Amino acid sequence: MYLDHAATTPMRPEAVTAMVAEMGRVGNASSLHASGRRARRIVEESRESIAAALGAQPRDVIFTSGGTESDNLAIKGLYRARVSEDSRRLRILCAPVEHHAVLDPVEWLAKTQDAEVVWLRVDHLGRVDLESLGAELALDPDSIALVTVMWANNEVGTVQPIAEIAELCAAAGVPLHVDGVQAVGQLPVDAALVDSLALSGHKLGGPHGVGALVLRQGINLVPLQHGGGQERDIRSGTLDTPAIASLAAAITAAVGDRDSRGAQTRALRDDLVRRVLGSIPGVSRNGDPINSLPGIANLSFEGCEGDALLLLLDAAGIECSRGSACTAGVPQPSHVLLAMGLDPLTARGSLRFSLGYTSTQADIDCLVEVLPSIVKRARRAGSAR
Amino acid sequence: MHVVPDRPAEMSPAAPLRIIAALSGGVDSAVAAARAVDAGHEVVAIHLALSRSPAAERNGSRGCCTVEDSHDARRIADVLGIPFYIWDLSERFQDEVIDDFVAEYAAGRTPNPCLRCNEKIKFTAVLDRALALGFDAVCTGHYARIVDSENGRELHRAVDPGKDQSYVLAVLDEQQLASAMFPLGDTHKDEVRAEAARRGLLVADKPDSHDICFVADGDTSGWLHSRLGDAPGEIVDAVSGEPLGQHDGAFAFTVGQRRGLGLGRPAPDGARRYVIEVDTASSTVLVGPPTLLDVDLIYGDKARWSGPAITGVTAARVQVRAHGDTVPADVDVLGDGVVALLGESLRGVAAGQAMVMYDGTRVIGSATITRATRQ
Repeated sequence: MYLDHAATTPMRPEAVTAMVAEMGRVGNASSLHASGRRARRIVEESRESIAAALGAQPRDVIFTSGGTESDNLAIKGLYRARVSEDSRRLRILCAPVEHHAVLDPVEWLAKTQDAEVVWLRVDHLGRVDLESLGAELALDPDSIALVTVMWANNEVGTVQPIAEIAELCAAAGVPLHVDGVQAVGQLPVDAALVDSLALSGHKLGGPHGVGALVLRQGINLVPLQHGGGQERDIRSGTLDTPAIASLAAAITAAVGDRDSRGAQTRALRDDLVRRVLGSIPGVSRNGDPINSLPGIANLSFEGCEGDALLLLLDAAGIECSRGSACTAGVPQPSHVLLAMGLDPLTARGSLRFSLGYTSTQADIDCLVEVLPSIVKRARRAGSAR
Repeated sequence: MHVVPDRPAEMSPAAPLRIIAALSGGVDSAVAAARAVDAGHEVVAIHLALSRSPAAERNGSRGCCTVEDSHDARRIADVLGIPFYIWDLSERFQDEVIDDFVAEYAAGRTPNPCLRCNEKIKFTAVLDRALALGFDAVCTGHYARIVDSENGRELHRAVDPGKDQSYVLAVLDEQQLASAMFPLGDTHKDEVRAEAARRGLLVADKPDSHDICFVADGDTSGWLHSRLGDAPGEIVDAVSGEPLGQHDGAFAFTVGQRRGLGLGRPAPDGARRYVIEVDTASSTVLVGPPTLLDVDLIYGDKARWSGPAITGVTAARVQVRAHGDTVPADVDVLGDGVVALLGESLRGVAAGQAMVMYDGTRVIGSATITRATRQ
């Protein structure tokens, strides 16, 4: 039973069809002959449909290899462009609950490019505190290179007040990058609100290895990859026509049925949370219960190691996740949960169940049935340490 | 097809067991896990993360728990088609093995960290966790045999004398042995490598590990100094009492050691000098001729019994270092330890090492050496 849709979700049939159709055809979208023109048309139509689905202009859509590249391109590219315009702009305002695809470029800039990171305050739900963001922006706006805050959190599902954050940044004249990898296709995402938005194909029913950065016109970026200059000279590399066609099909499908699918997923998720909290003592829920991604349930199990739960659930055929990245393969307590104020022990005993469009009531019923005995066993192992 | 020699009882099970197979990323544990899978057991692989800051890559035969090792372990589990997890036991390893290693050297003894790791990590921390999670046993790539005889479960030497690891497993008591599985005890190392190659395990040619895994560069003395600092003192002639030179930390010396004394001049009779005694309290290292290292009476504490404890004087053969020879001895229980009166003398017996008692190939038990003297 697959309850790890936030890691990756099955490709939508529309996306598979679009990809397979293009894989059988030849053509480099940069070539001038007929095959090239045909491929170029697919790429541009894909760009237009993605822009339309996200409220952006087609020229704003830059195809990349995925969410991590989009985040790196935006953060490093914005930082370099901003610093070269004004050398005082060394501060990066960043939420501590960001994905590693954001945290690591930010920390790398601090370590090697003189950047100064200002960690934004978040509350116990993982929401950025608007007052402290406003205060930081007001303090010395000329010293800020960029602000980066995710649209919705991949581990706990909390949705950030992006409209308010965007308003504060715009008022201060500071660009805002938003990691929208989990949000696109799950929540109403209006790219026009922000200056740059990262998205990834495989999180929304498209293929792996493709994504996009939606970059508002007039925002300058220093490129990371140099070469053919295929994407407005901001991103080089031969365009992956099958993947781009498939990404567009997936985004169109996901945005098209977003509300009905979201309601269904949310109902299943709420049922899961309610029944687990009701049947197992010592369980608490992490993240915003209201303003959340529809499919994510992050739960802490007192007295358990997340690892032990994962092993036992895996043996029972249930696939979920600790929701946190690994350092050298060794599971660390989630930086997101720690930033929300959880103690390391509780953070280590946390699991993320993430539902998606293939999840069913039967999945939830089965999980709720087997989980109590698994938690009991994991608690015994926990006390054996 | 290879000929499968006689397997210990648990490798041809009546009912499959749930097994935790510890994969180091090396060839031995890989083949051990493969055999457990072949025997029909339900096997889950784990890799132990024992270092708090693992190096990225292996450096020849040195070090362990690198990121590369954990990738190799994961790949082995993939090939075997079994689940794979990393268990972070770095804190337990620090507390139980590394801190103990430093404390033992600081007290002038010579500890065996592999033995300590088997006792406290693999067959306590891992085993307890495995049992609590509903597993029946822990399987490793150690070279030793478990034999279920009419007298109960016994630990025996491996058939490959060059690889036999019964010495570092002799600390396991009956209860730990009851949940241990060593599928390689009846096989020679070269056959294990050949089997790994036949099974398509890409680690078939990986070098064996040697030395102490957490002393990455092999310089134990330098490593100890980095933790204990310097404690200068004198190197004294054990016979004449004459000061011969200086050292910067008695803890870094081991009884029986010959190299690295830095005395610059030979003994008057031209004989080589050896470390005879290490006294960290007074920071004194006594050196002298090798004959002073000959002992025939060994005391040990913290006795551990692989089967029933001995009662009264028992004839055995004892081994006092990992790859040393055995000598005949009469052993007896003394308090929570043992005393061994050797039938022939042994040279250079360091306190802190294990004295393992054998009856033929069978391990009787072990004790930590506290004192070795002449009768």
